[in-house]
Amino acid sequence: MSTNVSDINAGPHPHVVHRDDEGSKTGMWLFLFTEVLLFGGLFLIYSVYRGMHTPDFHHAAGELNKFMGVTNTLVLLTSSLTMVMSVNALQRNQMTKSLAFLVTTLGLSGTFLVIKFFEWSAKYHHGIFPGTDHIHELPHGEGLFFNLYFMMTGLHGIHVVIGMIIMTVVLFKMKSGAVSSTNFRMLEYTGLYWHLVDLIWIFLLPLFYLTN
Amino acid sequence: MSDVTAAAAHEEEHHIVSDGTFILVWIGLLVLTAMTVAASVYYPGKIGVGVAMIVTPIKAALILMYFMHLKYEKKIFVIMFLSAMAIFGVFLGLTFIDYLYR
Repeated sequence: MSTNVSDINAGPHPHVVHRDDEGSKTGMWLFLFTEVLLFGGLFLIYSVYRGMHTPDFHHAAGELNKFMGVTNTLVLLTSSLTMVMSVNALQRNQMTKSLAFLVTTLGLSGTFLVIKFFEWSAKYHHGIFPGTDHIHELPHGEGLFFNLYFMMTGLHGIHVVIGMIIMTVVLFKMKSGAVSSTNFRMLEYTGLYWHLVDLIWIFLLPLFYLTN
Repeated sequence: MSDVTAAAAHEEEHHIVSDGTFILVWIGLLVLTAMTVAASVYYPGKIGVGVAMIVTPIKAALILMYFMHLKYEKKIFVIMFLSAMAIFGVFLGLTFIDYLYR
């Protein structure tokens, strides 16, 4: 029995605690699959409509700001790196370094949202926003493209906000000592969630910004 | 001297991946992103889309294997992930059969 427990906790700091880390990790991954299928449904709708309205999709994608889309990709990829470095540092009991990387990740997530805000505002000022008259006057396929663009980047944006809230909670837990080098799973799973948010964005980039 | 540090570091990070590996993966991701963007700018159309369709899953695999640690987890996590992907694949396949032959 005790060998089992220490096996599960066999990390850099073996520590016998009665915690089912493998079970919690399995749970986290199952949750991530539901997220994948949630976005998967939208990717499916996108593929079918793109198949039906290929020229409209290509034309509408040309309207998106490629530079902002690519910049945001670099911001998110870098935030994924700082996130994984934060987890790594905490596992090595380097609390200050871990906190610094987590704060950097939060800063990059904020940067992502600010860029997204300017991007959406620009579209809004051109009358491109779900429900506007302009979007109804566009060719059907272009209207679908922009509605999917707002739907999918919007849902992704909500995930970024949720990620930032969770990171802030973990930040306070690290400061209070509830999350530490012997109990780092909460930060690790926050990282898994964050990487998934990054992963989804990686698919959104070619589908929306690089299609023309 | 660097040998000593490397050895000591190795001892310590039995299960932990080194920061250097993650930085290399990050550089790889940036290079692959640059490739996709360059292909879409200079070869818009079939080639650009083709490059994106090949490179994007590679980027996803790098994130899953290294950042999300799947490479270092028990095999069951990889099997679980592939099963979820297979379910999505069936979903996608059946929808397209319906849409193409309706």
